[in-house]
Order: sequence, then C-alpha cells, then structure tokens
Amino acid sequence: MDRTRGTEAPPLLEVRDLQTTFDLSKTLSVRAVDGVSFSVEAGETLAIVGESGSGKSVTSLSIMGLLPKEAGRITGGSIRLDGREISALSDVEMREIRGREIGMIFQEPMTSLNPVHTVGRQIAEMVVRHTGMSRAAARRRAIEMLDLVGIPEPGRRVDTYPHEMSGGMRQRAMIAMALSCEPRILIADEPTTALDVTIQAQMLELMDDLQKRLGMAIVFITHDLGVVAEVADRVVVMYAAQVVETARVEDIFRTPRMPYTAGLMASIPRLGASSARKRRLKAIPGTVPALTSLPEGCRFHPRCAFATDLCRSAVPALEATGDGHMIRCARWRELTLDVGQAS
Amino acid sequence: MTAPLLEVDRLCKYFPIHGGLLRRVVNHVRAVDDVSFSIGAGEVVGLVGESGSGKTTAGRTILRLEKATSGAVRFRGTNIMALPASEMRAYRRKMQIIFQDPYASLNPREKVREVLTHPLRLHRIGNRADHEDRAISLLEKVGLSRDHLDRFPHEFSGGQRQRIGIARALAVEPDFIVADEPVSALDVSIQAQVINLLDDLKTDLDLTMLFIAHDLGVVEHICDRIVVMYLGRVMEIASAADLYARPNHPYTQALLSAVPIPEPGRRRTRVALRGDIPSPIDPPSGCVFRTRCPMAIADCARVVPELRKVGEGHLSACIRTT
Repeated sequence: MDRTRGTEAPPLLEVRDLQTTFDLSKTLSVRAVDGVSFSVEAGETLAIVGESGSGKSVTSLSIMGLLPKEAGRITGGSIRLDGREISALSDVEMREIRGREIGMIFQEPMTSLNPVHTVGRQIAEMVVRHTGMSRAAARRRAIEMLDLVGIPEPGRRVDTYPHEMSGGMRQRAMIAMALSCEPRILIADEPTTALDVTIQAQMLELMDDLQKRLGMAIVFITHDLGVVAEVADRVVVMYAAQVVETARVEDIFRTPRMPYTAGLMASIPRLGASSARKRRLKAIPGTVPALTSLPEGCRFHPRCAFATDLCRSAVPALEATGDGHMIRCARWRELTLDVGQAS
Repeated sequence: MTAPLLEVDRLCKYFPIHGGLLRRVVNHVRAVDDVSFSIGAGEVVGLVGESGSGKTTAGRTILRLEKATSGAVRFRGTNIMALPASEMRAYRRKMQIIFQDPYASLNPREKVREVLTHPLRLHRIGNRADHEDRAISLLEKVGLSRDHLDRFPHEFSGGQRQRIGIARALAVEPDFIVADEPVSALDVSIQAQVINLLDDLKTDLDLTMLFIAHDLGVVEHICDRIVVMYLGRVMEIASAADLYARPNHPYTQALLSAVPIPEPGRRRTRVALRGDIPSPIDPPSGCVFRTRCPMAIADCARVVPELRKVGEGHLSACIRTT
C-alpha cells in the first residue's frame, strides 16, 4: 500500500457505513447495501466478492451515482473521494467526476459504448468534455488509448463502430474509453465474467499492466474467486447486503476467519485436484436469503455449521481481529476454520 | 474400457446461412466438424471449449434435437441418426438432457408433480397410481421432498430448480444423459451442492453422462475423461487426470494455463493466445487453431491434423507435438 501520502492524507476512496435502499413496490423497500465500509488507495486493487444478491454491484452503482432513479437511493453513510463527500452531489457534478476521476467498465461493453458512434468519436468526446483538449488532439489521444489497450491498427480502428469489433476488441475499447482521461479510480463490475478464459486472461493482464503504468486504484467486483486471487491486493467479502470479512488477499484465501468465506473457499472445484484423489466438495447448505426475508441475528446463521443461540439472536458487528482481518462473526475468537482443500 | 454405450463417429453439423435476394444458401456455419469420440457405460465424459467451439451443438445433435449434416451416433451399436421417427421414440426415452437454465426449461404453469409425471405418461411407463410414488422418490433422490410436489417452478431457488431439472431427466430412467452447462448459472455455494448431487447420482445410478461445460475446474472434478473442442473440432481427448497433468495440444495447454487459480501468489507460466476465436463461417485452413497457436508453422495451414495417439487413451490433433 502507498503510504507516502503521509498519515494525515485521507484515503483515495473511502466508503463508510454506506446504506442503499431500493423500493420494490410502493410499500416495500429493502436495504440492498447495509452498512458497507472500505477504502482504496492509489495503485491498489480491492476486490469485492459475493454471490447474487450480496449487494456488490449496488455498492459500485452507489459510488458512481448510477443508481436507477426511481427505485434506488443512498439512505446513509458517506462516500469520500480524496476526502471530498460525493454521495450527495447533483447529477451534473457527478458527471464531472465520472470519466474524469472515476472510470468504469462493465460486464457488457455495450453498456458503455454507444452503437451509433465510432469508438474513436466516443473516446474523443469524453476527452474533450473532461480536459478541454482540441478535437484533433482528442482524436490523437483516442488512437493512443486504443494502442495502449492492445488494439491492432489503432489508426484504422479509431473509425470503426462497436458492432464491427469482436467481443474481446470491444472489451478493450471500453477499457480504453474508461481510462482515456486517466481517472484515479477504475471501478470494474464483473468485467471478464462474460468472456472466455483465454480472452479473460488477456484482459486481466492488460488491466494489471495499465495499473502499473498509470497507477490508478481498481475496485474489482466479481463472483469468481480465481479472478480475485489473481488481481486483488485486498478483498471485501459481502453476504446479504453486508460486509462479512475484509483482509489481504493471501489471508482471505489461506486463513479465512468468517465461516461463510471459508465455506466459499471449500466449495470451489480446483483444477488439478484429480491428479490426487478427488474429494467431495464441501458445499454450503441452504440458499442465500432474500433481502425481503432476512434471518434474525447473523444473516449467515441458518447456513452456518457453527451457529449458536447467540448467532440466532444478536446481530454481530464487523470487528477488527488485530491480524488484518475485519470479521462479522460473533464466534471468531474461538473458531479455527478448515478451508477444506489442501493446496 | 468397457464396450462404448455411445459412439460419435465423424459427426458434422453445418448451419446454412441464407443471403442474397433469393435467400439462397450462401455459406455454412461449421458448428460441429468431423467430431468423433465414444462414451463407455457408466462413464462421465466432459465436453469443454470456449464459446463457438460447438460443444452445445454437438450435445444437441447427438440427441437428435438438431439434425446432423453427416456422420453417425451409435447407441449400443445402433446408428440413431438413421432411425425413422417411430423407432427413435424408444431411444428418446433412453437419452435425456439437463439444461443450463432450469427455469427456461420448466413450464411455469406446471406443478412439480406434473413436471415429473409428464415424461412417465408420455412414455407410458407404469400406471397412474405408481406415478405419484415415483415422483416422490425422484424428489428424494435429488435432495427435495414430497412437500415440494404441489409447488410451481417460480417458488424454488435456482439450485432447487436445477434439482427438479435433474429429477425430470431421471424420471424415465435413462441410460444416457447430456448435461449442458448444468451448474454455470448457479452461485458458487449452490454450484457445489449440485455437483455433489451429480457425483452421488453417478455412483448410485451408474449414470452415463456427457457433461458440457466451459469451467475446466468443474469438468475436471466431475468427469472421467475430457474431450476438448475448438471451433467445431476435437483438439484432444484424455482422462481428466492426464489432460491436466500432461496436456498435449497447444490449445489445451493455453486453455488450462488461462484458468485463474484460487491461490494468491501462485503465478504460472501462461501460454498467451493472441486475438479472438475466428468465425466458424470461415474457419482457418488446415488446423483451425493455427491462427492463435504459438507453435504454428507453415504446414499447419495445409494439413487438417488427425487425432492420433500420444499416450494410453490419450489422443491429440496436432502435427507439432509428440
């Protein structure tokens, strides 16, 4: 982690006790993000992992100010960019920050790319808007960016439309656009989930390379633990709208302290495991609870092998363990968790 | 190895592309091109590949859900591609499919009871009185209970729906099942439950299965042997253990090395592949993988490599490897 900024400097991005509420109907609303806190520094990659309904994507939409207007809103907590509160900014002010300070990439490139304009024009327009560069300079910048993300013949590709590109190419163009104004934070929401593994490998390498060159922070949202192990410096594990564990990536994988995290680790089939004897996967029983019918006490307790009466009644707080983990588990002091699969 | 239950022999499935004013056939998508492999009784064979590899089309063509362009599929020695529809009916019962998205494959207006007894009525198995008992025993087999009989598909979670999809496939006691990406749509913690269920069924019922998936970790876990496809063709066939420990084909090597491993800090030497998968409408000449292959030479453009033996039960279609 970059500590050269001095102890007084606020983190680059700090999310504290974020609450986001969604209206499901006129009378029913749910807290899709419930008290989420984390921070990210320059040059660092923070992975947010969770299964469907964990609130990981809503967290990222909240940061970017892209919650669907009618249904979702931030109802508590703060989001600070370099110490500046951005959770209550107007749409116009947020538009200045998106692209300039915070770049975004998504699972589906066509979420960010406009089908009726050439890729070059879209990148150039963004550069002109945020930096005031001349049109000619912005076009040169677009070509430079396409080259940077490894698109061959960038001088020619700059004038192609998104639909004329292959899936992998489009993904690269989206990254080029997100990074064209050199944002300090890149929020990547399942950016490689729809890709084949060989293309995913190219993308992860590209993002790693760009981070080394441009020094931006990356918030990487994914459900894929393999990808997490590969890209993350630190990991936030979410379950049922809450953070349940935070730690450095090595610690999350080697010594998970929250039973849900340990359960996730044990439930993935690992490539190469059959060269030894095949082991039965340790599945987590039950299903992820719906936000409309959350269990009392710890939200994971109905699926947890270690649950006691205390877990069924009292909501555990997110506590620091002293060895770099933050854990939401009433029993963390007494539990030793088996990750289940020797590596 | 036991005599194969199913033999796929030079199977081809080309989809016509219509164009021009008269909507004439101007070209073909070669979705499955000269694919051969066999599956022994009680064996689970994985069919892996990236998008556009033709794995799903291969599975559907084997079951005659798509009409094959050419080639044979022999089930216990009978070429089912050549059977008239009347005779195919008996084979339909013996061969079932499990889909990726159980929700899309279940009728939303049918209660679980109907979902499970429908195939029994269709194939005239047992009498009505037995059907209820069979439905209950099927539910129990897949980890559900009789309480679920009168519920509708939307009342279940994704994992439970996949269990119902599996129960439905098992209802007619098939000899062979094609499972097409059966766990891809499920969350990690639920995926493990369904994999364990399939593992148990494989042991208890001695199931023969073609398991189609893109997740190599899942495939390796559940399969005895693996067939690797790329752009409609078979690149390599080996036992699960062999394929992982000694991948022969450059594509298999690249594919395996691209899979992110959930162990931080374990950096592997990655075989980087350039570019994207070419279009199956106009596949490269010779070896279809050569345009992305780090080992390709001029000869690779001239020869379509045949599968040849590189080890015990291990076949590879590459002229560059030994």
